[in-house]
Amino acid sequence: MSLITSTSPHATVKNNTGAFMRQVIYATLPGLAVLTWQFGWGSVINVLWAVIVALVSEALFLKARGRNIAFYLKDYSAVVTAVLLGLALPPTAPWWLTLIGVSFAIIVAKQLYGGLGMNPFNPAMVGYVLLLISFPVAMTQWLAPGEPLSFVQSWQLFTGQLPVDGLSGATPLDTFRTAHSAGAASEGELASHSILHGQFAGLGWEWVNLAFLLGGLYLISRKIITWHIPVGFLAGLGLPALLAWLIDPVRFADPLFQLFSGGAMLGAFFIATDPVSAATSRMGRLIYALLIGLLIWVIRTFGGYPDAVAFSVLLLNLSAPFIDYYTQPRTYGHKSSKRGVS
Amino acid sequence: MSQPQSSKPRKPLSVFARLASGIRRPAKIHDFHGGIHPPEMKHLSNGTPIVPGPLPQQLVLPLNMHIGAPAKPLVAPGDKVLKGQMIAEPIGAVSAAIHAPTSGTVSAIGPRPIQHPSGMDAVCIVIDTDGEDQWVEHQGIADYTDKSPAELVDLIRHAGIAGMGGAGFPTSIKVNLGDHQRVEQLLINAVECEPYITADDRLMRERAEQIVTGIHILQYLLNPRRTLIGIEDNKPEAISAIKRACKGCDIEVRVVPTKYPSGGEKQLIQLLTGKEVASGQLPAQVGVVCQNVGTAYAIKRAVCDGEPLVSRVTTLTGDGVSQPGNYEVLLGTPVRDLLAHGNLAGLDIGRLVMGGPMMGFTLHNPGVPVVKTTNCIIAASPEELPEPPPEQPCIRCGSCAEVCPANLLPQQLYWHAKNDDLEKAQHHNLMDCIECGACAYVCPSHIPLVQYYRYAKGEVRQQAADQVKADKARQRFEARQARIEQEQAEKEARRQARLEANRKKKEAGPAAASTVDVAALKQASLDASKAYKAAVKAAKTAEAEGADNLAELKAEADRLKALADKAKAAVRDAKDGAPVAAAPAEDTVAKLKKQVGDASSAYKAAVKAAKAAEAEGADNVAELKAQADTLKASADALKAELREAKANAPAATAPVAQTDPVAELKKQVGDASSAYKSAVKAAKQAEEEGADNAAELRAEADKLKAAADQLKMELRDAKANAPAAPPPSAPAPTTIEQPDPVAALKKQVGDASMAYKAAVKAAKQADEEGADNATDLHSKAGELKAIADQLKAELRDAKAAAPPTPKAAPAATATTDSPAVPEEQAPQSLAEVDPEQAAKRQKRLKGLKTAYNMAHKQYKEAHAAYERAERNETASADELQAMQVKIDKLKAKADNARDALDALVEEAKADIRAHTGKDLKTLKLEAARAESALADKQQELEQQRSSASEDTLEALSSELQALESETQIARKALKQAVEEQGLAE
Ligand code: SF4
Ligand code: SF4
Repeated sequence: MSLITSTSPHATVKNNTGAFMRQVIYATLPGLAVLTWQFGWGSVINVLWAVIVALVSEALFLKARGRNIAFYLKDYSAVVTAVLLGLALPPTAPWWLTLIGVSFAIIVAKQLYGGLGMNPFNPAMVGYVLLLISFPVAMTQWLAPGEPLSFVQSWQLFTGQLPVDGLSGATPLDTFRTAHSAGAASEGELASHSILHGQFAGLGWEWVNLAFLLGGLYLISRKIITWHIPVGFLAGLGLPALLAWLIDPVRFADPLFQLFSGGAMLGAFFIATDPVSAATSRMGRLIYALLIGLLIWVIRTFGGYPDAVAFSVLLLNLSAPFIDYYTQPRTYGHKSSKRGVS
Repeated sequence: MSQPQSSKPRKPLSVFARLASGIRRPAKIHDFHGGIHPPEMKHLSNGTPIVPGPLPQQLVLPLNMHIGAPAKPLVAPGDKVLKGQMIAEPIGAVSAAIHAPTSGTVSAIGPRPIQHPSGMDAVCIVIDTDGEDQWVEHQGIADYTDKSPAELVDLIRHAGIAGMGGAGFPTSIKVNLGDHQRVEQLLINAVECEPYITADDRLMRERAEQIVTGIHILQYLLNPRRTLIGIEDNKPEAISAIKRACKGCDIEVRVVPTKYPSGGEKQLIQLLTGKEVASGQLPAQVGVVCQNVGTAYAIKRAVCDGEPLVSRVTTLTGDGVSQPGNYEVLLGTPVRDLLAHGNLAGLDIGRLVMGGPMMGFTLHNPGVPVVKTTNCIIAASPEELPEPPPEQPCIRCGSCAEVCPANLLPQQLYWHAKNDDLEKAQHHNLMDCIECGACAYVCPSHIPLVQYYRYAKGEVRQQAADQVKADKARQRFEARQARIEQEQAEKEARRQARLEANRKKKEAGPAAASTVDVAALKQASLDASKAYKAAVKAAKTAEAEGADNLAELKAEADRLKALADKAKAAVRDAKDGAPVAAAPAEDTVAKLKKQVGDASSAYKAAVKAAKAAEAEGADNVAELKAQADTLKASADALKAELREAKANAPAATAPVAQTDPVAELKKQVGDASSAYKSAVKAAKQAEEEGADNAAELRAEADKLKAAADQLKMELRDAKANAPAAPPPSAPAPTTIEQPDPVAALKKQVGDASMAYKAAVKAAKQADEEGADNATDLHSKAGELKAIADQLKAELRDAKAAAPPTPKAAPAATATTDSPAVPEEQAPQSLAEVDPEQAAKRQKRLKGLKTAYNMAHKQYKEAHAAYERAERNETASADELQAMQVKIDKLKAKADNARDALDALVEEAKADIRAHTGKDLKTLKLEAARAESALADKQQELEQQRSSASEDTLEALSSELQALESETQIARKALKQAVEEQGLAE
C-alpha cells in the first residue's frame, strides 16, 4: 500500500487556472461576433492569427527557459492575451502588426519577467501601446461601422494586398475629438456627424460595447471575476463624464457615449480585470479600477489620444503594489488594518 | 404587491415559532468572512449507529496525545493492567493522564510511529490485550454538585480528558479559570464543519442526554452567564435530539448555516456571539469558553460513571472502506486494525487521512494509533482524493482572499512566504492564519498554500528563537564584563586595604600583628561574601530570565558561598587565635568537623538525588549512585581524620595557633588553585565540545585564577608578617600530625581505587548488556581513575615529605589539601548535574550519530556488495547467505543505533520542554486572569471613587497597584515563554 502523503487540505476544487482562462475566452465571443457584424472578418482573422503567434512565441520561449511546454500552454494565459490584443487591434491590421504586437506582448511583457503570474504589466496592453507608439497610423485606421467588409477584402487587408486608405473611417471618439480640436464645436456641428448618434451612444460601437458588457456579466456570474474592477472602472469613467456633461453638454460627451465607445467595456471587464497585474485586495481593486476609469476620461477629454484604455491600465499596473499596501483588509482579531509598506 | 399585506401574516407566525421553540428572542447568528462549501460527504457515514470498534491484539498509546507535557508512565513492561487503570499520570499543569483502554499486559514502552506531520516516532506504551476487557474497579459520582469544582477539575485531569475536537488541549485547564475570569458564554462546539466527519453528529443523535449532563457539569464548573450549542444546519436529527434533551434547561441551541470552517473556535465565537478574539489572545479573554460536544460527553462519563477516557467515537469513511460508519474505538487502536474492522474489501487506498480532508494529516504508516483527538479516518481511493495536480503559477485571482475566514490576503502571504520575505509576510498577519485550508481548496492553480504558511511560520518562530538566543548571549557577555570590572575593583580595594594594614601594622609594632591579620581576613571575608551575594543575585536574575546557564551560576554561587564561609571561619579562627592563642588543635578539629558535616550532607543529597532519579526512571541512576558512593567514601575518610585529629588535639600546644592564619591562607591558596585548574579543564573540554558556555567557563577560570593569585599574595604577606609574630614552635604539632595525612591519604587512595574498580565493573556490565550509558560509565571510571591517581601521587608526596618534616607549612598544606578535594567536589558535582548531563548527552548524541552513520554505511556497503555478488553470480549460495546474515546484523546494529539516537533526541527534547517549563497556554491563562482581575479592580475603584471613604480608596488603589505589577509579571512571563516556546519547537 503506497500512500500519498501531503499537507492539508486533501481536497481541492476541480477547476484550474486553464479553465478560468477558457471562460474568459468564451466570454469574448459575443463581442467578437458584433465586431464581425459591424466591420467584417478583420477581427476574427486578427484574433486567430494572434493566437497562433502567441502560442508559437510562448512555446519557443518556454523551450528556451527549459520548461514543460504542454503544461504551461495549457494554462491558456497566452491565448487570452492574444485574443484580447486581437480584439483591440483595428480590423484593418496587416499581419505584421499583429505579429509584432503579440510576440512583444508574450516574450517581453510576460516571459522575460518570468512568465505567468510574474508580469507586472498587462501583456496585451504592453503590446498595444508599443504598436500605438510605433505605428500610430496603422493603429488608428478603423472602418466605418455597419459596413462590414467581405472575407476576401478582410483577408486582402490582412495580407497587405489591399491598401487600407480608401476604406478607413473614423471612430465616434475620433470624430468627437476632432470636432473639438479647434475649439469647442457648436451643437449643430456635432449633430452633423451621424456617427455620434446611434441608438444611445456612438453608431455601431454601442453594440460592440454592449456585447462585451454581456460577456463581462457572464464572467461575473461564473465568479471568474468579481464586480469590483468593472464597477470601479465604469464609475470612474462614467461619473466624471456625467458631471462634466451636466455642466456643459456640448463641450463634453455624455456618459452613455463615454461608456459605450471605444474600448470601454472591453477594458472594464476583460483588460483591467487581468488579475496578475491588477491590485489584489477587494478595496484595492475598486480604487485601482476607479483610477483607471478616471484616467481614461481625462485622457479622452483633454489628452492627445482618442482612447486611453491601454495607457490608463499600464499606469495603474504600475501603482498596483502601492495600492495593495494601503488596502490590506482588516484581519480577524485586529482592531484596524495594517497600512503601508512593512 | 403591497408591503404591509405580505408582512402581516408572517408576524404572528414568528411569534408562535418563538414561543414554540422556547427561546425568548430569535437568536442572532452572526457571520464571518469567507468560508467555503466543499462537498459534505457526510452521507457516507451518518446513516448507521455507532458500533464498537475492534479489540486489537496490541494497543499503542502515545504519552503525548494532548497538548502539553507528556504523561509519565506508571507501569513497566510486563505489568498487568486492567481496563481504565491509569498507566501514565499527568506531569505539570498542562497534561493529561492515560488509562489502559482494555485489560492486558504492558509489553513495551518505547518509540513507535505516531501521527505527526514529520512522520516522527514518539514514546508510547504498548499493551498486549488479553481479550477479557476487564474493568478496573471504578465508581461514578451520583451527584456531582456534592463535589467542589476543584475536586471535579482534578477528577477530569486524572480521567485524562483532553479536547476531543482536534487540538487536544487538556480540559482541566480550560474549565479551571479561577475566580477572576467571568465566563460570559460557554459555547459547545457541535458544528462539525469538516466534510466526511460524522462522529459528533451520531453522538448527538444517540447520546444527547449524556452530552447535556456533561454540559451541566461544565456549567457547574464555569458558571457561565449563557450556554450556547452551535450546530450546523446539515444535521437536523442531531439538532432535534439535542433540543429535546435540553428542554427546560438554560442551554440554547443555535443552528448555524453550513459553511466551512464554522467549527473553528474563533469562527464559532464570531458566529454565536459576534465577538472577535483579538490576535494572540485566548477566547477566555473575551469571556468565552469553547468545548467540544465529544468532550462534554467524556466529562459526563468520567464524572457520573467513573470511566476515564479510554475510547472515542471515530468516523471511518472514504470509498476505500466497505463499511463506513462510526466506531467507538479504543484509544491506541492501530489504524490498520480499524481499517480491517471496517471490512476493507481489498479496496484500493490512495490516501489515508487522520482528521478531516481540510485540516487532517495524511498517514504514512497504517500502524499509527487512534488517539484522543482522532475524530475521523478517511481511507480514500486514488480517485476520491487524487494526487494533487501540479502547482501552477499564482495568477492573483483573489479567490483565496474571498474565502479566507481570517480575512487575510493569502495570495500576498504566499508571495512573501515563497520569497522568504518573512517581514512582509508578518506584516500581512501571517501568524493569524488558522491553517484552515480554505484558500488552498479554492486555488485554481492548486498551490499548496497552507504548506507555504506553515513553513513561513516555522521560520518566523525560528527567527524569534534565534533572537532570544542572541539577546541572551549579549546579556551574558555584559554580565561577564560587569563581573570582571567588579572583580578588578575589589582586587584593587583589597590591595589598598592590605597596604594600609601593613602600614598600620608597622606603626603598631609586632604586638598588633595578629589583630591586623584579623582585619585583613575580615576584609577578605567581606569581599568573599559580597562576591557570593552578587553571584546569588546573578543567578536569580538569570532564573527570572530563564537563562539556560542557571545551574552553572548557582554552582558558582555555592562555590563562592563555600569560599565566603571559609573566609569567615578563618576570621573566626584568627580571632580566636589572636588574643588567646590557645587550643589551636581545636581549630583543626572544628574545621574537620565542618568538613565532615559538609561531606555527609553532600552524600545525603547525592543519595536523595539518586533515589529521585530512580523514581523517575532516569538512566543516569547508576552514575548518581556511584557518585553518592564516592561521596560517602570521602565522608568516611574525613570522619576518620576527624577522629584522629581529636585524638591528637590534646597533644597540640598553644603557640601553634600563630601559624593558623598562614596555614589557613595556604589552604585557601591550594583550594583556589585547584578550583582554577578544574575550571580550566572544564573550559577546555567545553571548548572542545563547542559548548556555548565555554566562554563563560573561561571567564570563571580567569576569575578563579585571579582569586588564587590574590590569595597567594595574601599568603606572601602573611608569611612576611609571620616572623614578626611570637616565634612559633611549629615542629611540635607537625611531628605529631605527621602520620595523619599519610594515613588519611592512604585510606582515600584505597577508597578511590575501589570506587574506580567498581565503576569499571559497572561499565563492563553495562557494555555486556548493551546499555546505552556504557560510554558514560566508562568516562566516569576514567574520572575516578584520575582521582585515584592524583591521590596516589599526593600520597607519594606526603610520604616523601613525612620523614624530614623540616617545617610545619608543607605538612599543614598537605593535611588541609587532601580533604579539600572531596569537599570541593561535593557541591560541584551536585550542582552541575544538569549542564554536565547535558554536555554528556551532547557527547553521547555525537557518539551515537557517528555510530549510526558508520553502521548504516557498513550496512549499505554490505548490501551493495551482496547485490553485486548476486548480480554477477560471483558468490556461492552459502556465501550469499553468510553475507545476508552479515547484512542483517549490520542493519540491526544500525537500527539499534538509530533507536538509541532517537530516544536520546526525544529525551533531550523532553528536557528542553521541561526546562521551558510552564506551558504557554497556562501562562496565557494566567496573564488573562491577571488582566481581568486588574480590570475588575479598576472598575471597582471607578465605582467607589465618588462614594467610598479616603481609606477605602487608598486601599483599593494600592490593591490596584499590586494587581498591576502582577499583571506585568504575568505578561512578561508569557512573553518569555512565547519566545522560549519558539526555542523549544
Ligand atoms: S487562489 Fe491561488 S491563484 Fe488565486 S490568488 Fe490565491 S493563490 Fe493565487
Ligand atoms: S489557511 Fe490561513 S490564509 Fe488560508 S484561508 Fe485559512 S486562515 Fe486564510
